[in-house]
Amino acid sequence: MQDKRIVFVGVGGQGNLLITRLLGEAALAQGIPALVSEIHGMAQRGGVVESAVVLGNINSPIVAQGEADILVGFEPMETLRAIGKVRKNGLVVTNTAPLPPFTVSIGQGTYPDPKHILGILCEKVRQVFHFDAKARAEEAGSLQSLNMVLLGGLIGLNELPITPEAMKATLKANTRRSFLEANLKAFDLGLEQTWLKL
Amino acid sequence: MHKLLTDSPGSGQFLLGNEAIARGAIEAGVAFVTCYPGTPSSEIPLQFFQLTRETDIYFEYSVNEKVALEVGAGAAATGLRTLVTMKHVGVNVAADPLMTLAYVGVKGGMVIVTADDPSLFSSQNEQDNRYYARLSGLPMLEPTTIQELKDLTARAFELSESLKLPVLLRTTTRLNHMRGSVTLGPMQAAITKKAFEKDPFNTVTVPAVSRRLHRVLLSRQEQALALAENWEANQIIGRGAFGLVGNGMAFNYILDAVNDLNIKDRTSLLKLTFSHPLPRDLCLQFLKQVETVLVVEELEPVLEQELKALAYDNGLDVSILGKNTGGLSRLFEYNPALVRQALARAFGLEFPDPGTIDDSDIPDLPQRPPTLCAGCPHRATYYEIKQVYGEETIYPTDIGCYTLGLLPPISMADFLICMGSSVSSACGFAQAAEQKTVAFIGDSTFFHSGVTGLVNAVHNRHNFTLVILDNGTTAMTGHQPHPGVDGRPIDWNRHRVSIEQMVKGCGVEDVHVIKPFAVKKSIETIRSTLDSPGVSVIISQEICPLFAKSAKTAKAKKPYFVDPDRCRNHRDCVRLLACPAIYLDGEQVRIDEAMCVGCALCAQVCPEKAIRPI
Repeated sequence: MQDKRIVFVGVGGQGNLLITRLLGEAALAQGIPALVSEIHGMAQRGGVVESAVVLGNINSPIVAQGEADILVGFEPMETLRAIGKVRKNGLVVTNTAPLPPFTVSIGQGTYPDPKHILGILCEKVRQVFHFDAKARAEEAGSLQSLNMVLLGGLIGLNELPITPEAMKATLKANTRRSFLEANLKAFDLGLEQTWLKL
Repeated sequence: MHKLLTDSPGSGQFLLGNEAIARGAIEAGVAFVTCYPGTPSSEIPLQFFQLTRETDIYFEYSVNEKVALEVGAGAAATGLRTLVTMKHVGVNVAADPLMTLAYVGVKGGMVIVTADDPSLFSSQNEQDNRYYARLSGLPMLEPTTIQELKDLTARAFELSESLKLPVLLRTTTRLNHMRGSVTLGPMQAAITKKAFEKDPFNTVTVPAVSRRLHRVLLSRQEQALALAENWEANQIIGRGAFGLVGNGMAFNYILDAVNDLNIKDRTSLLKLTFSHPLPRDLCLQFLKQVETVLVVEELEPVLEQELKALAYDNGLDVSILGKNTGGLSRLFEYNPALVRQALARAFGLEFPDPGTIDDSDIPDLPQRPPTLCAGCPHRATYYEIKQVYGEETIYPTDIGCYTLGLLPPISMADFLICMGSSVSSACGFAQAAEQKTVAFIGDSTFFHSGVTGLVNAVHNRHNFTLVILDNGTTAMTGHQPHPGVDGRPIDWNRHRVSIEQMVKGCGVEDVHVIKPFAVKKSIETIRSTLDSPGVSVIISQEICPLFAKSAKTAKAKKPYFVDPDRCRNHRDCVRLLACPAIYLDGEQVRIDEAMCVGCALCAQVCPEKAIRPI
């Protein structure tokens, strides 16, 4: 298989680390070599959280600037901030619902116009898949399932050697029963956003 | 059953680096585990905390790293296999016992994990703890992969027993916090109790004994060297003229760079997982078969200098590149692209630059620093102290979530060097500076190393106020218990030590306990300390809301909302508190209902009483 490098960027509390782990588990279940890198500690107190999954014959779990095949952004401004991680011909999957940092409310900077953010993103890479993942998560019945919407969006690109069915099997095996229904629904809603659209 | 207790050799698990280390210790039959938590090491002891009810393995969160190592030393001297874990700066705290434990040695295998943090993801410095192996004379292992994290931890116990020395296992953040597939090995049963055999003239380090033991340590180092020379995971890979040396995570960057540059046939790689003492013969063999060497090691030029000394001693004319000369820095962690570039430059190779995205036209984006959580009691305490003590007071701070008080609008952190430094540096400020001094320390940090500073302050009649932020847990590192916690909600049956009684026992007479979400009353109490002579202590007690939620200690409170009819846009709530749940919707202040935990701090700060429960 072709090597793949995927970077995830979000805000502490959005569930970024859970889906990187699940993606890694799904790869392992299919016998695909996978490494994940995470950041714990101070970064989790509402700051930016970046994680990565590399699939294939790669020894380094981290992804250098300009080397990600796919960037999954949980928050539009953070997607923009991290865009340099993506290679020139790469792909972006991003949530469009803003989560402004507290610095904005105390007058340190202004949150950019979301349309402007998307405009810049679209100029930089091969293709940007953007949708309101927050609304999809609400539709699925739980705001907490935003990460599952984005995981669906990533798998829907059909760029990774992990099928939607295989991913869902991993979700089923690793999710508490009370969250499972909402999470699977959220995953499907995310999948619809990108499936066969590349 | 805890997943790390799965007894099925040969099967695979997808593990975090720290879980792999814990599993390695379990496979080796570890019987005794001590630690002080600290990123990036914290998830190693977390595993033992979780599985302690399922096994006979003894586990404790010790009050600090020095204590953890000494407790472990007792167990290892009795003959038990012992694991002690800490972050890199924790080894500074444990350095005193470490240096002399190296003389005394161990009976049961002892592995000390030092988790270093290049790039300072969550630390106050990025010291390179490979120097501790050199300073103490102890053997050091440096795993490079997720599998080696497990395998070398397990083997480190045998190594320790054969040398009768503690073994240092060094990791870096990227290893601790990587995940990958690990093939499990067989599990040895833990031996959890033994008879201690007295041997005072080898274990009581009076000068006459230590003079002899120093000699013993040197001879054990010679044995360690012989083992390092024959350690199968120390290896030379390839026979090419380009020499590459790497340790830890950097070795992976080398492997990927060699693949990317397609120079496998032209390289010789020296992989050192048993890196101290340096296997001289193996290194010499390597130096003799190459023309140029690039040493890829994050942080300090430890291997580079040792290899240069070796080349000099043996009259070898080989060019050894590394820091500066090889385009590699002593600062921060490396990454695959940086190492590839250094390789290409060192060996004069072309690598077509794939080109990165031009991000020069991206506008300046507002920063998103980490912040105190919605409903964090520290925010309330900071607000109240500032109301009384103002902006001019000197605020020495300490290590924990509350260090985030550094950022505006709280801006109440003026000095920090290490765990416990708030209290002791406050003694210096109170004596030397013209302003008043109020120091902040967390509950766990107070137990770790704040108490001694407080005794010093009382005895030497220093004049300042110490605020102990008691949120009932070690919050920053993931809600570990400490001696002052109520262990019942987490089923942790250990004796609870009262911070208030300790403070009084240290001789502090002016001691107050406040509940920070009762704003008016807290401010009154704080005001009473303004002109109090000597040392006064305010213990601010309120449970961490994240911990309360996960441990289910309290019923969820109703979230609050801003009544737009009453709000006059003073924005004190926004300007003074910067709670992440409060945001501006155009010109209107609003509260994110999903984030608000109902602490009611903003409701008490609002001059119009416009903030009310939903």
